[in-house]
Amino acid sequence: MTAHLDIRDLRVSFHSGAERVDAVRGVSFRVERGASYGIVGESGSGKSTVLRAICGLAPVTGGEVLFEGRPVSEPRDAAFYRNVQMVFQDPYASLHPRHTIDRVLSEPLAIHGFKDRDKRIETALRDVGLGPRFRFAYPHQLSGGQRQRVAVARALILEPTVLLLDEPTSALDASIQAEVLNLLDRLRAERGLTYVLVSHDLAVVAHMCEQLMVMQHGQTVEVMTRADLQAGRATQDYTRRLLAASEGYTPMETSA
Amino acid sequence: MSALSREWLLSEQPTSRRQARLGQVYRTWLSLRSNWLAMVGLGIIVVLILVALFADVIAPYDPLAGGDLRTARLLPPSWEHPFGTDEQARDIFSRIVYGSRLTLMVVALVAVIATPIGLLVGTTAGYFGGWVDTVLMRTTDIFLAFPRLILALAFVAALGPGIENAIIAIAITSWPPYARLARAETLTIRDSDFINAARLQGASSLRILWGHVTPLCLSSVIIRVTLDMAGIILTAAGLGFLGLGAQPPQPEWGAMIAAGRRFLIDFWWVATIPGIAIFTVSLGFNLLGDGLRDVLDPKARK
Repeated sequence: MTAHLDIRDLRVSFHSGAERVDAVRGVSFRVERGASYGIVGESGSGKSTVLRAICGLAPVTGGEVLFEGRPVSEPRDAAFYRNVQMVFQDPYASLHPRHTIDRVLSEPLAIHGFKDRDKRIETALRDVGLGPRFRFAYPHQLSGGQRQRVAVARALILEPTVLLLDEPTSALDASIQAEVLNLLDRLRAERGLTYVLVSHDLAVVAHMCEQLMVMQHGQTVEVMTRADLQAGRATQDYTRRLLAASEGYTPMETSA
Repeated sequence: MSALSREWLLSEQPTSRRQARLGQVYRTWLSLRSNWLAMVGLGIIVVLILVALFADVIAPYDPLAGGDLRTARLLPPSWEHPFGTDEQARDIFSRIVYGSRLTLMVVALVAVIATPIGLLVGTTAGYFGGWVDTVLMRTTDIFLAFPRLILALAFVAALGPGIENAIIAIAITSWPPYARLARAETLTIRDSDFINAARLQGASSLRILWGHVTPLCLSSVIIRVTLDMAGIILTAAGLGFLGLGAQPPQPEWGAMIAAGRRFLIDFWWVATIPGIAIFTVSLGFNLLGDGLRDVLDPKARK
């Protein structure tokens, strides 16, 4: 069976003048249809760049991205965007400050030539737990959690099958985090979506994903299942340190 | 119906596109209204527009044909001629009133020609980057390197004097600052997440430039254009003064000053009154521009 999303030896490097930065150095993973895959790592590990490379926002300099068994086109075509959408980290930066929610949601429908836009917008807002009263509001009139719901609605309005989630809750309060995570969980269950979730928060990944990959310096450190993670079965030193760090601050024992 | 009531406009939960847009406009208006200097500027410009519109009604005399050359030349201000008469026995008040049409035309046409060119060049250069940016911005630099009045002079000298050519000349020399401004704004937003999100929806470059980038550049460009209006009026007046703008007997304010300077000492009102008119309108645009900056550009807010 072909995987829904198959990443083979993905490499991404950026050039600035004579300098070359290898952000991703050979990462491979497969995500089956309906599965949820987590990518964990510290800042600068290249985890967000993997997502951006998949959807064409970062240049793929090596390796292959296969969607439903076929290599994606460069640049990505309309059909790809119909199927793969992304939710960004910062809901304060991902919505156009001068566009109403209505405009934000109707634009993708206009681009892809959908007809019954009014109905779809109302459904999309209801699906993410926002009422129709938010439809004509501007982003600055909404809270962070409401904005992220709008961003999720925008990603889902084209009815994609894959959702790329780039730290979707890290910019939110702890209480709102749970709300948005539950929303994402429910949507996946209802629609059979495939998720690729990037986070530095192991608790979030453990909650959301069946399988995860730990990244450092643009490379894969370890691939684990949720059970491995919950049992603390890490084989690599780096993963163990990450696990320890996620348990919160513990004072170091110093020998007197 | 509750349409256009204060509560309807300020509603946090608008129920239609129109209400949302009007509410946004009303909020901008409210914050502009609290700035009394900006309101003075706006008042001056509204008066200018009204005077230009109703020049036929307001002006008591013909602006081009004078009175009796033996008895009505260079009369000082009086009840009959509020601003006096000039050396052709024409009523200066009527000429000022009709001159407002020329001033308004210059300002409006320059704004209509220069602003879109500047926005288009700037946003395109900023958004695409690379060689597009290089070509467009070096061209802009070349235009920017010319002294404005001199280039306008050369242009008018080549095309022949006249108010239309003066307008084209001023427009050609005034777009480069808008292009630079628009490019700088575009550079700050082109890699932002909301632009990336639009790309991910499959939006074309044209759609992103027009629907997403331009609205965000527009406010700073509008502020800049308003502040430049004074300079545009002065350049037009300068060209008129040098005899390269409006041609006699057109009642252009700069040309009127030029005509009056010969008898500035003995008949001060001939040159002074159009000077005051230019000063007032320029000040009006500057005050409004400052007010608009406070309202539209949150970064510059005190």
